[in-house]
Amino acid sequence: MSALILRNGRVIDPANNVDVVRDVYVSDDKISATPAAGARLVDATGCWVVPGLIDMHVHLREPGGSAKETIATGTRCAARGGFTSVVCMPNTSPPADNPGTIALIRQRAEETAMVNVYPTGAITRELKGEELAPIGSLKRAGVVAITDDGRCVQNNDLMRRALQYAGMFGLPVLDHCQDYQLSADGVAHEGHWSLALGLRGWPALAEDVIVMRDILLAEDTGTHVHCQHISSGRAVRLLREAKRRGVPVSAEVCPHHFTLTDEWLKTFDANFKMNPPLRSEADRQALWEGLTDGTIDCIASDHAPHCPFEKEVEFDVAPFGIIGLETELALSLELVRKKILTVRQLVEKFTVNPARILGLSKGTLSVGADADITVIDAERDWVYDVGQSASKSRNSPFHGWKLRGKAIMTIVGGKVVWEE
Amino acid sequence: MTTVQWQRKDLVGIYELSAAEIELVLDTARAFKQVGQRAIKKVPTLRGKTLVNLFIEPSTRTRTSFELAAKRLSADVINIDTTASSLVKGETLKDTAKNLEALNADIIVIRHSAAGAAHFLASRLRASVINAGDGAHEHPTQALLDAFTIREKKGRIAGLNVLILGDILYSRVARSNIWLLTKLGARVTLSGPATLVPRQFESFGCRVTYDLDGALAEADVINLLRIQHERQRRSAFPSIGEYSTLFGLTKERFARTKPDALIMHPGPINRGVEIDSDLADCERSVILEQVTNGLAVRMAVLFLCAGGART
Amino acid sequence: MNPVVIMDAAAIDRSITRMAHEIVEQNPSAELAFVGIHTHGVPLAQRLARKVQSICGREFPVGSLDITMHRDDLDLRRDLPRVSASHIPWDVNGREVVLVDDVLFTGRSVRAAMDALIDLGRPRRILLAVLVDRGHRELPIRADFVGKNIPTALTERVRVRLREVDQVDEVVVEK
Repeated sequence: MSALILRNGRVIDPANNVDVVRDVYVSDDKISATPAAGARLVDATGCWVVPGLIDMHVHLREPGGSAKETIATGTRCAARGGFTSVVCMPNTSPPADNPGTIALIRQRAEETAMVNVYPTGAITRELKGEELAPIGSLKRAGVVAITDDGRCVQNNDLMRRALQYAGMFGLPVLDHCQDYQLSADGVAHEGHWSLALGLRGWPALAEDVIVMRDILLAEDTGTHVHCQHISSGRAVRLLREAKRRGVPVSAEVCPHHFTLTDEWLKTFDANFKMNPPLRSEADRQALWEGLTDGTIDCIASDHAPHCPFEKEVEFDVAPFGIIGLETELALSLELVRKKILTVRQLVEKFTVNPARILGLSKGTLSVGADADITVIDAERDWVYDVGQSASKSRNSPFHGWKLRGKAIMTIVGGKVVWEE
Repeated sequence: MTTVQWQRKDLVGIYELSAAEIELVLDTARAFKQVGQRAIKKVPTLRGKTLVNLFIEPSTRTRTSFELAAKRLSADVINIDTTASSLVKGETLKDTAKNLEALNADIIVIRHSAAGAAHFLASRLRASVINAGDGAHEHPTQALLDAFTIREKKGRIAGLNVLILGDILYSRVARSNIWLLTKLGARVTLSGPATLVPRQFESFGCRVTYDLDGALAEADVINLLRIQHERQRRSAFPSIGEYSTLFGLTKERFARTKPDALIMHPGPINRGVEIDSDLADCERSVILEQVTNGLAVRMAVLFLCAGGART
Repeated sequence: MNPVVIMDAAAIDRSITRMAHEIVEQNPSAELAFVGIHTHGVPLAQRLARKVQSICGREFPVGSLDITMHRDDLDLRRDLPRVSASHIPWDVNGREVVLVDDVLFTGRSVRAAMDALIDLGRPRRILLAVLVDRGHRELPIRADFVGKNIPTALTERVRVRLREVDQVDEVVVEK
């Protein structure tokens, strides 16, 4: 029996149009209208009390990659970062292209996870982009979406069939938008810095072409397509136009893409190597505009742990990806300070919006809802020390950064899983 | 005469050098060029120091040049090339570097197919790291020897029209040359097929043109680059034949250049592709002098980076 | 820091004249040549050569020598000395070379100069002329021709300034 009184915080609950200073009560694992007897009193004065944050794009590496991360360590990062729910990608080993692997992930999450873990299933067998995975069985096994993330189905006919088929189950399709012919063996955004540094270029066009393809397929099939980690300004424009026409598409952006640009590559530090690559200042500004006008629905980390020995190599051969769950909130709060997002918009992009896209009954502080709550001190100054990360990996470009804003309490199903 | 002091342990690229530092290297190289012209072509300047030529991408010419430069400075030289190195057995560059440091190497000259490899070593080792070419990033000693040759032949660099022709996209020589020449006030023009010379290069402060004849007519120096078959991931032009027709330096084109225009090439030359075979050997070609000057420039760089007290 | 002028322009000129006479008294062969050590030895070598020529009516070749590459203290120096080109446009083999420097102190520069010179060929004989000998030798080296002996303390600095480089002729000692 857990009971909490979160006293006097600024309660921001976009699902209920709420932004007032008041108390929030938790009784057992639900939000309650009244305080329970013997409840723990938490003074939230000066803090934000928001629905538990959802990160709809993380790699927990289990099964098969436990040197990089496990469900236990990855969800510990999530809890520290203020996230009460994470959506994990299917590029594990074996890949999550079958109900058995989904069952394993759910069981391990049951046993070891600190926060809610929602698995996704593969679109194609072994994420090879050749044959459909058993999407119906995956749905029954409990996936919230299908995606080949890390890879992208190149065959337009196969992708069309995947959308038609997934539509039957109401499953959204999350797409990692990358045309392999255009990205080729690129390692850096094709532009001034890839030319200056002699790094093989990866044009934004490689993303744009697939985003356009996905828009057409979503329009054609009526199935919801969610474009993952959008990095290109032109892709934002294409999505904006498609949404205006009522096409069922949505999009997410990662903190590194709206915080950094390709100029950082001049350090040749592989912690600035990710897929899609860091892009130009013009792209970064277009992402800001997409966040402001709602073209981009969600912020997600694409938390992608890699061992130090894998990353501390020549830039060309290092794997793509960085960890991000612990720095995500602070980097996103910067958008509020820059007047790119209102506080409400920021909370929406972490709560109601991903819940809506994935059909989760999460992301609200309504009475009777699951007591997933994040308490945020938006003014807390801190320095990110990746050496102290809860992750098994250390591949963050934000080590040593002075950040502002932090989750000081993370509550999952009424249980405090992280507090500072 | 510049008064700048050389403070660098490493030479990773031209990008980070000031014009004064570049001129210091060129001035210093003049003194070292004399050493090679004497009966006894050796000075004791780096006596007792050890230089490792770590060539993870094959190159006989550059490796030989560094080896001879080091020997003329009385340094001991160890050559590690890709076949002999344990790198092929899966050892990482970081491991290799730490091993070399354990052997107390003073200078590591690195050639590597990955951009940033010299940077990677320089930031992790106490030894001096000299970049002998990293992927398509930089080849600073080549640009310095090109500039040395131009200055020797033309007496200056500022104000000259330098045309760099050919495969710019995959060329580290082109990048180092562009940085160096623009820092010293030359006007740099790039030409070649649009797939290898994208317009985006204009953000480097040079001009991009696909009108080769116009560019040739005003060039004081023509620097020809080799087509880098090994770095091109897909075909950038239909055929070698079409390339040499459109962008090769033929006798007809050469006849319309300025009478004192120099022909340069970092080598090795694809005769009949980027340049007519006879032109490579004509009296306006300084291709072999570039090789000679390469030694002097490399001696100067080794002296400046590794000659003083270790900090 | 109170610099004391030890030699003025006239004194420097007298010293060079006297050294020139001493060189001529040694009955120089036709193979006599002068080599100044960078930087201040170079104008001194030119002046000395002109004096010798005016006395015996013959011309002798003059050159300049940069000794940086042969120094034994490079490893100890945080600031590298600037390397200049040497200029000896004649064959060193068989010559009777008068090395010329401004100040003879530890002898290490002269050692480096002899090595640098011998790398260029095999002179029949090397002689040494210095404007000032301030003592404190660290190597078994002595000058054949000395403009002026100036006893100094190790902490003092001797500065030779010459018109060609410094726009003034003087020798000062700084405490």
